[in-house]
Amino acid sequence: MAEIEAFKNNDRDLKKVEFTQVDQPGSVGFFGHAKGFWVTFSTIFKKPETVEYPEVKAPTQERFHGRHQLNRHPDGLEKCIGCELCAWACPADAIYVEGADNTEENRMSPGERYGKVYQINYLRCVFCGLCIEACPTRALTMTNEYELADDSREKLIFEKEDLLGPLRAGMLMPPHPMYPEMNDTNYYKGDVTQAHPSQDVKK
Amino acid sequence: MTTAEITDLITVVIDGFEVSVPKGTLVIRAAEQLGIQIPRFCDHPLLDPVGACRQCLVDIEINGRAFPKPQASCTIPVEPGMIVKTQLTSIVADKAQKGVMELLLINHPLDCPVCDKGGECPLQNQAMSTGRSETRFEGVKRTFDKPINISSQVLLDRERCVLCARCTRFSDQIASDPFITLNERGALQQVGIYEKAPFKSYFSGNAVQICPVGALTGASYRFRARPFDLVSTPSACEHCASGCDMRTDVRRGKTLRRLAGDDASVNEEWNCDKGRWAFKYVTAVDRLTQPLIRDASGELVQASWPEALAAAAKGLKENSSAVLVGGRATHEDAYGYSKFARVALGTNDIDFRSRISSDEEREFLAAHVVGSSTTYRDIDRADHVLLVGFEPEEESPIVFLRLNKQFRKRALKVSAIASKLSIGVEKLNGDFIKVAPGQEALAISKQTLTSLSVILVGERASESAGALSAVAALADSSGAKIAWIPRRAGERGALEAGAIGNLLPGGRPVQDPAARVDIAALWNVASIPSDNGRSSDEIYAGVNSGAIGALLVGGVDPLDGVNSADALAALDKAFVVSLEIAPSEVSLRADVVLPVAAITEKSGSFLNWEGRARAFDAAVSDSLNRSDLRVLSMIADAMGVSLNLSTVTSAAKEISTLGKWDGARISMQAVSPSQSPVLNSDQFILNSWRRLLDLGTLQKGEENLAGTARQTVAVISPNRAKTLGVTNGDQLKISTQQGSVTLAALVEDIHDDAIWAPRNSLGSQLLVNLGAGHGAIVTVVKL
Repeated sequence: MAEIEAFKNNDRDLKKVEFTQVDQPGSVGFFGHAKGFWVTFSTIFKKPETVEYPEVKAPTQERFHGRHQLNRHPDGLEKCIGCELCAWACPADAIYVEGADNTEENRMSPGERYGKVYQINYLRCVFCGLCIEACPTRALTMTNEYELADDSREKLIFEKEDLLGPLRAGMLMPPHPMYPEMNDTNYYKGDVTQAHPSQDVKK
Repeated sequence: MTTAEITDLITVVIDGFEVSVPKGTLVIRAAEQLGIQIPRFCDHPLLDPVGACRQCLVDIEINGRAFPKPQASCTIPVEPGMIVKTQLTSIVADKAQKGVMELLLINHPLDCPVCDKGGECPLQNQAMSTGRSETRFEGVKRTFDKPINISSQVLLDRERCVLCARCTRFSDQIASDPFITLNERGALQQVGIYEKAPFKSYFSGNAVQICPVGALTGASYRFRARPFDLVSTPSACEHCASGCDMRTDVRRGKTLRRLAGDDASVNEEWNCDKGRWAFKYVTAVDRLTQPLIRDASGELVQASWPEALAAAAKGLKENSSAVLVGGRATHEDAYGYSKFARVALGTNDIDFRSRISSDEEREFLAAHVVGSSTTYRDIDRADHVLLVGFEPEEESPIVFLRLNKQFRKRALKVSAIASKLSIGVEKLNGDFIKVAPGQEALAISKQTLTSLSVILVGERASESAGALSAVAALADSSGAKIAWIPRRAGERGALEAGAIGNLLPGGRPVQDPAARVDIAALWNVASIPSDNGRSSDEIYAGVNSGAIGALLVGGVDPLDGVNSADALAALDKAFVVSLEIAPSEVSLRADVVLPVAAITEKSGSFLNWEGRARAFDAAVSDSLNRSDLRVLSMIADAMGVSLNLSTVTSAAKEISTLGKWDGARISMQAVSPSQSPVLNSDQFILNSWRRLLDLGTLQKGEENLAGTARQTVAVISPNRAKTLGVTNGDQLKISTQQGSVTLAALVEDIHDDAIWAPRNSLGSQLLVNLGAGHGAIVTVVKL
């Protein structure tokens, strides 16, 4: 125990505080150093973990939280119903949604309602994934994409077009009618596996 | 509370706590007084108890004898010696409530994510507090096709309904519009309408608001937002003089919905569909954002504020000027116009009555209305209510609801002096005193009233010569109270603010020297002009004769009178400064146009027909528009005059400093009624009023709301129908020298000399099409 002069600050009464000196470890000696350098030396013969990013990109873990994606039903209709539960769940207030009515002429999703405006602000998103847990239709999921840097704030507010998943084989670009003889419940049960020719109203 | 009521207190024990409540109080309400919340759906304090949902079950014991099973606390009044155990202290009650909730949820869909009620839903909340976390139901839920339109404005999702009957009870008991009812039995029971009669009630929005689940939704708010998106501002309704307390919900600077507020002394918890759903006019029109000036070539071009203010000041200074302010200005804005006219323009030529009006009315307002204090409470206590030139359901719906409440509660006697039996008066089972249009005065003077009676006078009474004199005489002889109920929200405030030629603010007569000295001292001016100013019509005539050179016009529709051609000619001729929110007939003819804020963008207050202040704050805060008051101050500054009214608060302060006039009132010169005209067989006397839902400017952009408007018809009496050979649905051509309208005939109870048509509905804009008001003679031909 050594006496250390306290700061001259009478307000805080630091004189009454006791300081304890930490014991420093002694010299490690020659073998100690050799042991340390051995780690460095042995690494020379190992395969390097670093990659030449951005030329080489290492795959992420399967469940890595990356950019969001708005999914589609197998016939191309959107899964999002504009319910705003993701916006509600978001702790960073990064999501903005506006719902709207589906009409027979302009159907974007099965059922009555679809998300008309869908924005995620990646300047605010903390990639916690609570929005994914909140989504009642599995419309919102996360991809493994992590390259989200850009040079302006505007570009980092992703609109619905930026977030929607691609059209895969068997899908048609909405708006188009629901699969004949099917209702929204059938969609959720997975009864619709691909678009029906009659849904292709643009032909 | 009176002494009689206090002696009737009953003490009961709820969950071990004693509470004393008046006799007749329901158990659920007594529990509320202790802060004990019993879950409920069907219970509503303003509706009769029904016990439909069974959610509020509690254990009850009276003088040691317990009910064998839990009872619905919303239907049982307290009794001496009652011991109540709610879900908090009784396992039986708790289990019963949980059981009811489980049964309610069996058929309730799990569609909260797409349901508008999600987030503010009593069923959601109470399922959390009283329900199970896991369902035990493994069957298939009952489903219906959804949604169905029960009117163009109200949508019904039958599978969400918990059959609480709040909507049907409201329509039946409060609005007396029993257009919806519970159909079928058992699991298929559902709210329904008669196939051919949609839910065309003026009060249907209240059913949507009190629905405890998302079964009834409004088409205009459907899927627009979630409760947590909305910023709510308490506001007041700008549509009529009822003075409803409102709540305005805004998302990102855009009004998405308005709800009725809770003010027990005015609108209770209700409002009308116009107040609830007509708010898009602010955004539906192309708003003015920049000042405009008419340039040398005669075109209106954009200008900067200083430029426009300088031009306005110059024009108003160089000419003898007058002020026209519409009946939609707030109390503070009207005060600004009133002060501006006297201080900056040095004139009493100001009139807020941008409609058909008379000098008789102006004297009546000064003698009997300004500063008066007849209230809704007087209607509650009245022994007899007389309606003169006033159709409560169409022109002031909350007054109708109050009359209807008293009619249902204690069979309040209502008499209407009118030419046509209206739907509203029929619902009130009122005495229909049938007169020919223009002959109201005689019928009024034949009435006998008491000091408890109330005479409700509409603004249309001014259209019948002598009617207001007869009302004044009747009130003087009987001691009955007079209430003047204008149609527009701002008229009473404008009257109190002195925006009329014969009064200064606070009801001070212009011709009273003491009153002028009062005002001159406060306003810091040498003197106030001592002659009564011109009325609206006289101001237009003054411009056309060359006596007036400039007009300051705010929120006026020049087509809203019988001689609109004169008004338009005057606006073309004079130097006009127009304060407007959107291009109008006035601003198109103006020399300087200054954009002002709409109601949602500014604060202020309206005085409703009682004279009660209905203050509101700006709901949309980031608007760059200025209130009329601010713009008037700026014009005055540019004229080198100080108005000292930079903010609404300063105006309100000045108004309260002024106070009311305590001196003598103007005495009214009685006007004698006009002679009844002699009619040919194809001639009728026109009778008309505006309907609640019509082509009004403030209802622009509301297609869903317009869908619930009543049908446009021309009403004639059975006798005249017979002589003309007309049956229901025949096309009638009503014409004057100015023009004609063709409407479907409806044969109903109306005076033989009269024909009725709506004044401003689709296909029947009488003032524009016919140039004819109340009492005009029209020719009718069957097509």
